[in-house]
Amino acid sequence: MGRKIKKQGKRYFDYSLLFVTIFICGFGLVMIYSTSSYTAQMNYGNSEYFFMKQLQSDLIGFAAMYFIYRFFDYHYFQKYWALGFFILSIICLLAIIPFGTVVNGAKRWLYIGPINFQPSELAKFATIVMTAVGICAVGKKINRLRYVILICMVISGVLSAMVLFITNNLSSAIIIFGIAFVMTFVAYKGYSIYIGLTAAVGALFMVFYSWLTNLVKSGNMTDSFRLNRFLIWLNPEKYIDGKGYQTVQALYAIGSGGLFGKGLGKSLQKLGFIPESQNDMIFSIICEELGLFGAVCVILIFILMIWRIVHIAQNAPDLLGTLLATGVFAQIAIQVVLNIAVVTNTIPNTGVSLPFISYGGTSSLFLMAEIGIVLNISSQIRLEK
Amino acid sequence: MKGLSFDVRTRHRKKLFLIGTSVILILILLLVRMGYLMIAESDYYLARAKELHERERKIKAARGRILDTNGVVLAANKTVCTISVIHSQIKEPQKVAKMLSEELNLEYEAVEKKVGKISSIEKIASNVDKETGDKIREYNLAGVKVDEDYKRYYPYDTLASKVLGFTGSDNQGIVGLEAKYDSVLMGDNGKILTLTDAWGVEIDGSEENRLEPVAGSDLYISIDINIQMYAQQLAEKALKEKEADRVSIIVMNPQNGEILAMVNTPEYNLNEPYKLVENPELSTDDSVTTADMDQLNNMWRNFCINDTYEPGSVFKMFTASAALETKAVSLDDRFNCCGYAMVADRRIRCAKTTGHGTQDFTHSVMNSCNPAFIEWGRRVGVDNFYLYMNKLGLLKKTGIDLPGEAVTIMHKKENVGEVELATMSFGQSFQITPIMMLRTAATVVNGGRLITPHFAVKTMNADGQTVQEYAYESKEQALTEETSNIMKGILRQVVEEGGGKNAYIEGFSIGGKTATSEKLPRGTGKYISSFIGFSSVSNPKVIAMCLIDEPVGVYYGGTIAAPVIRQLFENILPYLEITGE
Repeated sequence: MGRKIKKQGKRYFDYSLLFVTIFICGFGLVMIYSTSSYTAQMNYGNSEYFFMKQLQSDLIGFAAMYFIYRFFDYHYFQKYWALGFFILSIICLLAIIPFGTVVNGAKRWLYIGPINFQPSELAKFATIVMTAVGICAVGKKINRLRYVILICMVISGVLSAMVLFITNNLSSAIIIFGIAFVMTFVAYKGYSIYIGLTAAVGALFMVFYSWLTNLVKSGNMTDSFRLNRFLIWLNPEKYIDGKGYQTVQALYAIGSGGLFGKGLGKSLQKLGFIPESQNDMIFSIICEELGLFGAVCVILIFILMIWRIVHIAQNAPDLLGTLLATGVFAQIAIQVVLNIAVVTNTIPNTGVSLPFISYGGTSSLFLMAEIGIVLNISSQIRLEK
Repeated sequence: MKGLSFDVRTRHRKKLFLIGTSVILILILLLVRMGYLMIAESDYYLARAKELHERERKIKAARGRILDTNGVVLAANKTVCTISVIHSQIKEPQKVAKMLSEELNLEYEAVEKKVGKISSIEKIASNVDKETGDKIREYNLAGVKVDEDYKRYYPYDTLASKVLGFTGSDNQGIVGLEAKYDSVLMGDNGKILTLTDAWGVEIDGSEENRLEPVAGSDLYISIDINIQMYAQQLAEKALKEKEADRVSIIVMNPQNGEILAMVNTPEYNLNEPYKLVENPELSTDDSVTTADMDQLNNMWRNFCINDTYEPGSVFKMFTASAALETKAVSLDDRFNCCGYAMVADRRIRCAKTTGHGTQDFTHSVMNSCNPAFIEWGRRVGVDNFYLYMNKLGLLKKTGIDLPGEAVTIMHKKENVGEVELATMSFGQSFQITPIMMLRTAATVVNGGRLITPHFAVKTMNADGQTVQEYAYESKEQALTEETSNIMKGILRQVVEEGGGKNAYIEGFSIGGKTATSEKLPRGTGKYISSFIGFSSVSNPKVIAMCLIDEPVGVYYGGTIAAPVIRQLFENILPYLEITGE
C-alpha cells in the first residue's frame, strides 16, 4: 500500500515531529548526564554509566523509528502484527511471575540474555495497536456502547489488570486504561457518556478529597498503604523521613530553581538528595537547573509534539491511522501530564516516567517505535491539490 | 477517506481537537502550579534546600578573659584541639581507630565504634592539648579532622576559685563569675558553611561561606590579686591552725561595694574543677554520679554568698545604729548588767556570767553585753527594728553579681514577741549571708550609704575599647551620717579598748566588732567565730571580715578571728595607702 502512495507522487513527511523527537531525546540525554553523572561516578566509578546506556537505547530506538517509518506499513498491524504484540505482551507479563527480577523492591523486569526489559512498556504499545485494530475490526458497531466496553475489557482491561496485579504498577495500569479511554472516545460517536464519566470521576475525587482533608483535621489516621499515599500528598513535609521524602526533595529542587534556575549541571538535589534523579523525578532537576524558563520550554516542546501527532491523527488516510496516532498521542500526553503533576505534588506520588527524557531503555525504545508509526502514517497522507 | 463518511471524519477531527486542547489546557494549569512553586514559594523551598545542603562548622569565639583591678589575668584561654572523624571520608577505619586510641589514650573498642558509626561527623575527643592535636594531624589519615579550639585556663589555679568559677567542656560558664557573666565573656561563635551531598561529603570547589567569630569581652573585676593572695594565705593558715572546717575572708571597699578579695578555704583548683579536694581519685569529667555531684557542688560553694549563718554579736552594730537613729537610746544611757536578763519567762545569760555591772551605751558595745542589747532592742521596738532592717536591705538580697545568693531567713514580723526581739538584738534566731553582714557593717561605717557589693567593674573588647562600665545601685541615707560617725567612734573603741583589741595595730586607726555564734543545733560545741574590721575610722576605705567555721579549741571571735584581720591589715593598709590619723 505504501508503495502505491509513493507511486502517486508527492510524499508527505512531518519534519517538525521528527525534529521535535530528536530534540527531546537529545535534551533528555543531556539531562540524564547532568542528573546521573555524580551518583554514577560514586556507584559505578563511571560518570557516563547511565548516559551511555541511554544513548545505546536511544540509538536502537532511533533505528527502530526509521525502520518502521521506512519499511513498515501500519496496515500490517491488521494482518496479525497487533495480535502478535498483544499475545507477546501477555506472555511477557506472565513470564514475570517465575522469571521476573526485583529492582527497587518491585518485580517489574525481565532479563532476556543481556537485555533487561520492562514488559509494562510493551503492554502500552500493544494496547495502542491492538485497540486500533480492534476498533477497525468491529467497524460501525463501535457506535454501540457495548462494543466499546467489550474492546476496552478484552484489550486494555486484560493488560492493565495484569500490569496491576503481576507487577503491582498502578501508574502503568492507569496509563494503559487511559490510552484505551482516549482511543475509544475518538472512535465512538457520542460525547455524553465520556464527558459524564470524566465528570463523575472528577466529582468522586472532590468528595474523596474533602473527606480526606476532614480526616486529616480530625486526626483519625489509618494505616492503609493506599491511603497513606494521599496523606503524604496533602502534607509531604510531615512525612519527610519516610514516604514523603522523594516528594519533598522534588519540591525543594523545583522551588530552588526560581525563574532561570541554577544553571545546567549545578543542581544540588541530584547529589543523592533525590534518589535516582535521572528517573521519574528528572523534571524536578530540570526545574532546579533551568528554572521556570527551562520548564516552560520543555512543556512547549511537548505541546508542539502533541500538536503534531494530533494533526497527523486528524489527517490520517484512514481510521486505523487516526486511531494509532491517537493512541500514541494519548500515551505521551498522559505520561507528560501525570509526570509533571506528580513532580509538582499536584497529584499523589506514583511512578510515571517523562517520555523521551527520563532514563529507561524499554520506554524510550517503544516511544521511538511509536513515533515511527506516526511518521509512517504521515508519509501516507495524500497531499491534496 | 475510504470507508469513512465525511461526517464521521469530521467527528474524529473534532474529538481529537477537543482532547488535544484539553491536554494543552491541563499542561498550562500545571505551568501555573509550577509558577507558584518556583516564584511565590521559591524563597521557602530555597531556604529549606539550603538548610539541607549546607553543613555548618562552628568556629568558636575566643572567650573573654577575666582580669583583676591591676590588669593581671585571672582567667585566660589556651589552644586545645577537638578530634573528630568524618565517616564517609575514612579510607582505613582500623588504622584510624588504632591511631586515635593510642594517641588519645582511649579504649580501642569505643573509638572503633565511633569511627564505624554512619554519621556526617562524629566527635572523638575534645580538649586535647595542641601537641597531641598536631601529632594526630601529622598522620595525615583521610577522614580525621583536627579542629583547634580554646580552653579556659586559670594561671593561679586555686586563686579566688569560688568567685571566678569555671567553664564546661563547651566553654560555657558553670559557676561563679564565669556563669554570671557568661553572655559577656562568651562572644559570638562564627561558622563555616560548606555545601555537601546527601552523604555529607563536601563538594569540591563549592564556595565556602564564612562567618567570622566575635571574641568575647574581657571582664575587669575589682579583685586585687595581691590582697586576694595574701588573704588566701591567712585563711589557709587559720584553717590549719584552728583545724576549722572552712575559713572565709572578704575584703571590700565600704564606700562603693567593690570587693577586693573573697577567699573561701578550702579553695579548689579551677583547672581541675572535677577533682575533689578530699577525694582526688574522682576526676573524670563525664561519669560523675549524683553523690559525687553533691560533693562537687559543695566544693564549689561560695559560703560567703551561698550560705547563711547566725551573725551573732557583729549584728549588734545594727541594733546599736537603730537605737541611736530612733533616739531610743542616748549615749549617756546606762544599763546595769547582772550577768543575765529575764525576757518573758526566759533567762538569757550574758557572756560574762558575773555581769558587766553598770555601763554606758559605748561600753555596752565594747563589752558586747547581751542583756544591755536586749534592753536597747526592746526600746527600739519591733516596728522600728523591722523598719531599719528594711532600710539596710537586710530582708532582701544584696544583689552581688555572683549566682546563687542565699536569701535572709528572718522571723515574720507578726510572729516577733519579746523573746524573738531580744535574741535578734544580739544577732541570733535569724540567718543572713556573710556578705549581707559585711554590707550592713559597711553601711554603718560609710556614712549610712547602702551599697551593692560587686566584682565586675567594666568590660573591654579585644581592641581595648571599653564596652560597658557597670553601675550598681546605692542608696544614700539608709542611716544618718551622725549615727554613722558615732558608731565609727564606738567601733574604734571596741578595737582599741574592747573585745576587738586583737585587731589593733599601732599607728593605724581601726574599728571593728567581734562575734562568736554558736551553730545550730545548740549545745554541740560548734561555733562560727568572726570579726569585721575597717580602716581608717574617719574615712573607711577598706572593710574586711573573717569567718572561721567550727574551729577546734578557742573559739572566741575576738581571740582567733580578730588576729587574722590584724595580720591582713598590717599588710594591706600600707599597700592601700591607708594611714592612721
